Amino acid sequence: MLEVSHLKKYFTTQKAVDDISFTVEKGTIFGLLGPNGAGKTTLIRMITGIFYPDEGTILLNGKQFNADKDSSRIGYMPEERGLYKKMKIGEQAIYLARLKGLSAPEALKQVREWFVRFEMQSWWNKKIEDLSKGMAQKLQFVTTVLHRPELIILDEPFSGLDPVNANLIKDEIFRLAANGSSIIFSTHRMEQVEEICNQIILLNKGKKILDGTVANVKQEYKENLFRISANPIPAEIPAALFEVLSKNDQTLTIRIKEGHTPNEVLLYFIDRQSNISVFTELLPSLNEIFIKLVEGTSLSRQFQPTQS
Amino acid sequence: MNKIGLIIRREYMTRIRNKTFLLSTFLLPVMIVILIAGTVFLAIKGRTNHRIAVSDQNGYFRDYLKSDSAIFFDFTPGIDSLNYAEKNCSAVLIIPVLREGQKTIYRLKYKKQLGLANIDDLEKRISSAITDHLIYTKTNITRNRLDSIRAASDIAELQTFSDEGKKSEASSQGLSYGIGYACGFLIYLLTFIYGAAVMRGVMEEKTSRVAEVIVSSVKPFPLMLGKIIGIGAVGLTQFLLWIGLIVTLVMVAQAFIPHDLLVEVNNIQKANAMGNASMAQSSEAARQIFDVKQSLQHANWFLIIGCFIFYFIGGYLFYASLFAAVGSVVNEDPQEAQSLLLPISMPIIFSFIIMSIAAQDPGGSLAVWASMIPFSSPIVMMARIPYGVPTTVPYWQLLLSMALLVGGFLFTVWMAGKIYRTGILLYGKKPTWKTMWKWAFKA
Repeated sequence: MLEVSHLKKYFTTQKAVDDISFTVEKGTIFGLLGPNGAGKTTLIRMITGIFYPDEGTILLNGKQFNADKDSSRIGYMPEERGLYKKMKIGEQAIYLARLKGLSAPEALKQVREWFVRFEMQSWWNKKIEDLSKGMAQKLQFVTTVLHRPELIILDEPFSGLDPVNANLIKDEIFRLAANGSSIIFSTHRMEQVEEICNQIILLNKGKKILDGTVANVKQEYKENLFRISANPIPAEIPAALFEVLSKNDQTLTIRIKEGHTPNEVLLYFIDRQSNISVFTELLPSLNEIFIKLVEGTSLSRQFQPTQS
Repeated sequence: MNKIGLIIRREYMTRIRNKTFLLSTFLLPVMIVILIAGTVFLAIKGRTNHRIAVSDQNGYFRDYLKSDSAIFFDFTPGIDSLNYAEKNCSAVLIIPVLREGQKTIYRLKYKKQLGLANIDDLEKRISSAITDHLIYTKTNITRNRLDSIRAASDIAELQTFSDEGKKSEASSQGLSYGIGYACGFLIYLLTFIYGAAVMRGVMEEKTSRVAEVIVSSVKPFPLMLGKIIGIGAVGLTQFLLWIGLIVTLVMVAQAFIPHDLLVEVNNIQKANAMGNASMAQSSEAARQIFDVKQSLQHANWFLIIGCFIFYFIGGYLFYASLFAAVGSVVNEDPQEAQSLLLPISMPIIFSFIIMSIAAQDPGGSLAVWASMIPFSSPIVMMARIPYGVPTTVPYWQLLLSMALLVGGFLFTVWMAGKIYRTGILLYGKKPTWKTMWKWAFKA
């Protein structure tokens, strides 16, 4: 649905986005991850047509992306929320929908529908300044998806929401994806990514350092860690086969050495008449992968000239 | 373009429906009227009656210095510089014996300032008293005779005409000055008010971060243009409402003029049309109304209002886009706007100063040049136009000025669009002039 290839955007002091390519399929929820200043916002701004890329192409449904014509296919909720403070909520939602190309009656119909779905009917004549942060957030989400965009870009959509409203939004995201919208979901919150996203890429310093489905990424970055609970624990540990990382009563966390399989470990335990009650593989959390990949690179991005 | 229409509509409607718009539309004229009336009232009320003691050693000033409502001359004998204050006089005039063929100094001592105008007046009275005295003593003419000659001599009145080739238009310098000054002032005021409104609107969009949402639907340039046009339309609406208000007020005021006075005014009008300028029989009030009516009719209102609207729109577009550019580069801190506003407000203020000169001397080279340059032409040209097109302002000047203004605002809008495009999404440090220059001309 969205195909980004070799996208580059250099600012005077930084290579904000440096040769990034990825593909978002129709109906997927796509996680765009990365530490602060990795270039996520710049990348998103290019996809939404706010910036022109210096190099590279953006294809939308196989055709060259055109900011003027395609803005109605995209819904964008920026990280820094913004709505007109003094404008009435109903009017504002209609105005934003019409800017996306909806006709007046269509905009009214959609706004009504969404206000009912989110139980916001009573807000119609209120102003943004009367709303709490969470309420404004819900409204912002509604205005983002009102015009039924094919591509929805959400930057930290859950920040500031209580669990009930966060669930409401999450369910909507799933529903929209099931109805065929593609969703790009940008966040630092890895547990949400694991829960929601089908596919992720990880950016750091303007470059893509990871790309794949959540399951694949976990497989790729697994460290052959297993947890085994057995009784009794054999006294002798074969260092060539695995090492024990921690021991807690009857439970061991082990790392199997390169070139060996879990079955060999199991056989070793069985041979020693040990009763195995639990044997499971420990896959790394995205959080751990994230930290592992990003750690070691300097925490905040340094300014550097783009021409060397 | 459908989207720019939506933006214009939003900017227009949210402002028109605002209570401050209605309030300012109706209160501003009221306030101006109150201000003018108040100044006039205070000027009349505040005029003090001066009692001036006269210690005259010539003996004849008593006959020629006439007391009136402004100055009362006290000729009580024995009054001098020592005791005038006790006699309730605010000043004492000491006139020594005046000799022919030499200048003699006479003095005024005062406890309370008389003011420049009164001193001037006093000097004139003294010198005409001396003239009168000399006429009587050197000729055989009687005083009554001279007085009646003086009264009878008031038989000529100057009327100015602007020469337009085939026909000559009666003109009124005073009225042209008044209209010119008012138009220039109004453009100055509206440019500032609505320019600042554009800047605040842009800053609001930037600080509330709604800009990023909007810019993902609309390009920055139509967003800026929509805002400028929408707010300009509000200004134009306000101006048209003011015209309507003034016309209504004039009609209402006319209804209060007594009927016989109006008949008299009409008679003068008829007499005047027949080339008979005698107004001896008509009353003072009728003549004044006639004068005002006459000169108002001579002003070319269609030209003035048409040009006003053109120069208002042109000047507004020229400056509002610069205001928008400033609004786009500042952050939450309004202090930042101050320093950036200076280079924009200086030319406006300078134009205003030049305008007050141009309103008095519309043909001067300063006025002509300033009415060509787009930075000052909207304000300065409006001060010249009421003096007459094509007499005071030749057609080529008007057309050149208009063309330059159109070129000027196309340029500022284009340049501001470039700065706005980058500035609106940039948070953090305020950009320097150099970086803004780069955005405008290099990107």
